Amino acid sequence: MSQKFIEIFSALLTQTPAETLSEETKFKELPEWNSLLALSLMTLVEDECNVLLKGDDIRKAETLRDLFDAVERNR
Amino acid sequence: MANFRFNGIGIRAIAACVPAEISHNEDALKNLVPAEEIEKTITAIGIREKRIAPHNVCASDLCLAAAEKLFADNPEISRETIDVLLFMSQTGDFKIPATAPILQQRLGLPKNCAAMDLSLGCSGYVYALSAAFAYANLPTVRRVLLLDGETFSKIVNPRDRVNAPLYGDAGTATLIEKSETFGATCFVLKTDGSGEASVKIPAGACRLPASAETLAEKTDSEGNIRSGCEVFMNGMDVFNFAIRSVPAVMKETAEFAGFLPNEADGIIFHQANKMMTDFLAARMRIPSEKILYSLHKYGNTSSASIPLTISECGKNLAVRERIFICGFGAGLSWGAATLSLSATKISEPVTFEE
Repeated sequence: MSQKFIEIFSALLTQTPAETLSEETKFKELPEWNSLLALSLMTLVEDECNVLLKGDDIRKAETLRDLFDAVERNR
Repeated sequence: MANFRFNGIGIRAIAACVPAEISHNEDALKNLVPAEEIEKTITAIGIREKRIAPHNVCASDLCLAAAEKLFADNPEISRETIDVLLFMSQTGDFKIPATAPILQQRLGLPKNCAAMDLSLGCSGYVYALSAAFAYANLPTVRRVLLLDGETFSKIVNPRDRVNAPLYGDAGTATLIEKSETFGATCFVLKTDGSGEASVKIPAGACRLPASAETLAEKTDSEGNIRSGCEVFMNGMDVFNFAIRSVPAVMKETAEFAGFLPNEADGIIFHQANKMMTDFLAARMRIPSEKILYSLHKYGNTSSASIPLTISECGKNLAVRERIFICGFGAGLSWGAATLSLSATKISEPVTFEE
């Protein structure tokens, strides 16, 4: 899994230091995760990776690794 | 294919009415999100406040006041010349009868007037306007009055953090008639019922009648509280739908009309939320100054949001020759249109008085 994806994801966050993120991070357990952030994630992934995540991709994902796999699946 | 072109039909006048009571999202969000996220949420959705109708005021009442404002500002328009009355809403007065006949009587329109309700979500205005144009295009029809209003405050649970900060109430009136000055109007309308679950009130109609069970409030997996008779929205699915569908329908409408969105004098998206419209604008490379907004004051008023925005800030446009409108929402249903508002008398929103 690319470091770039973790960097992309960390750009969404204001309260979580980037260095604490890894592919095992359960992103929905981050204190600042909420449904608005999920929408920001969709727009950011669309901008950066040219992939449009589905609601189900985010609902089913637990870790950043799962999210990254969903992006790759949608390519 | 639902691509329609009309010549010599247009909007003669437009007016709107909003309730007096202001609901501030700073207060509405207090019990829904952590304190440090209130301002962030308001900035992201772009909705600081919205208007909420009193319990005894319906969408029809707001539309009636908007129509009275329209007639007052256009005294040369005789009510006798309204041959068709359309009421577009998902928050009508009763299940039976339809609301349009009640409005025909309250507005003092003639009995020779055809009156009926139309029902769609946030795409509703574009659809209803196309129906109004189709009627107005008939040789025996002089004028069509389209009333589009919603009171989502009556169907949204205040403890549903997806919907509660978004929706406001409003009523609007649009008068459509023939005149060569209007030029060409193009509509492109689309439907995908496979997404019917994305925005839904599952209970309270015939498929699943209201009962003690469906009226009981329940907490979903995200911690949002609502009953089966209140609006559910799957935010992520709707966002995904809008990102996929809106640029495509705008592009198709642009090709049909012969000018690009960034060549338009003004663009009015359904006022879903700022995050959504900002993303759509960026995706289509539309300069932000071309996009008209009223959501910071009135929130998302579902299908009433496009005419409400025209009423609120249409006059600010120096030129109103090439206007794009685009609605998208429950159904799933979406559509766009290009039209001229150069010859349109735009009245600013009035505040509802009982």
